[in-house]
Amino acid sequence: MSIGDIIGGWKARWGIGRMDYKVKPGLYAVGKPDGDSPVLVSANYKLTFDILRKNLTSLDCWLLILDTKGINVWCAAGKGTFGTDELVNRIEATRLADVVSHRKLILPQLGASGVSAHEVAKRMGFTVTYGPVRAEDIKAFVDAGYKATKEMRTVEFTFKDRIVLTPMELVPAVQMALPVLGALFLTNQFAARPFDKKDVTAYLGAVLTGAVVTPALLPHIPGKAFAWKGWLLGLGWTAGYLGLSKRFKKEDRLMSVGELLLMPAVSSFLAMNFTGSSTYTSPSGVKKEMKRALPLIIGSAAVGGALMLGVHLFFRRKAK
Amino acid sequence: MNHRYLKDVTTLSLSANQCVGCGLCAEVCPHGVFTVNDRNAKITDKDLCMECGACAKNCPANAISVDAGVGCAYAFIMGWLTGSEPSCDCSGGSSDACCS
Repeated sequence: MSIGDIIGGWKARWGIGRMDYKVKPGLYAVGKPDGDSPVLVSANYKLTFDILRKNLTSLDCWLLILDTKGINVWCAAGKGTFGTDELVNRIEATRLADVVSHRKLILPQLGASGVSAHEVAKRMGFTVTYGPVRAEDIKAFVDAGYKATKEMRTVEFTFKDRIVLTPMELVPAVQMALPVLGALFLTNQFAARPFDKKDVTAYLGAVLTGAVVTPALLPHIPGKAFAWKGWLLGLGWTAGYLGLSKRFKKEDRLMSVGELLLMPAVSSFLAMNFTGSSTYTSPSGVKKEMKRALPLIIGSAAVGGALMLGVHLFFRRKAK
Repeated sequence: MNHRYLKDVTTLSLSANQCVGCGLCAEVCPHGVFTVNDRNAKITDKDLCMECGACAKNCPANAISVDAGVGCAYAFIMGWLTGSEPSCDCSGGSSDACCS
């Protein structure tokens, strides 16, 4: 892999041009494969492709790349683009049956939510074997005679897994905050109680707490619902920061109450959105969590925001 | 560290008398929810299920049913706002990070 691939991967993680980060669907040769070499199926997201290439250096095989619109295997399988129909079509388009003499395909296990193995067998005569979850286990899987251990079959969500996802949580959160900060900069020109650096820090801290700190510490935070975890840390951050900044004095009290209502709600909302990045939340669970949390988040943020705005516009701080 | 999400929410169900014991459910499940003994599948820990639907999709006997979908709050919000089905749709450079 070249330096360009590494920079490209970094950019994709931060959301720069990630929708164009694709490779062309089709059949690729890795090493020097022949008619007996295994066929591995994957997605056309370039990050996926590069991780695969990196882990296949000592294996001669074919790579059948499906058109998943530049999206990773698991997500594409959920959407159905990494699916039975696309697989069948790609087998035909690449004339795979003429290239290899066997009729076996190795699919990433996480593709299974989009592909029906028995249907592929029925329609194309190819048997599907599900390989390991992680590309780094492919070599061991092949060496073991196409057998995966329980560890290879289980999805994890390690600290590192979570951390690499946080830029894509943070970038939109900051983008959403920019117009608000811009508007407040304008009202600051005439407001009775202008927002200062500490108010902005409290807010940015709440964003960071929800979008980065909560995901990072996820399994160590008490409770199960993501919104709850984010709220808890958001409250800790806001109360701690306001305390350290001596913002519980009489003249700041009303504003601080507003911040205590708004900031943890922001953290909670962002943490709740991290369910989409997690590897273990069910839609039924997320729905249940949202039904409870969303009204509280909206209510708390609305009351807190209104209180802050009221104080900001109309309550002059008494001179010391 | 083992992650656990909400209890008693999954829609996963297995009809044992339809099971042919092929073992594919245990193979595709990313959270080890199934075990197969004596050619019969069993659900071990239902609360680990994330409703990805891989088991049901690959069960040749149609013995498994689950309301499969994406466990993504953002997808639900967008679904409610636009009146469409919640989907893990990452196009248009949205804030959806599930497609990393």
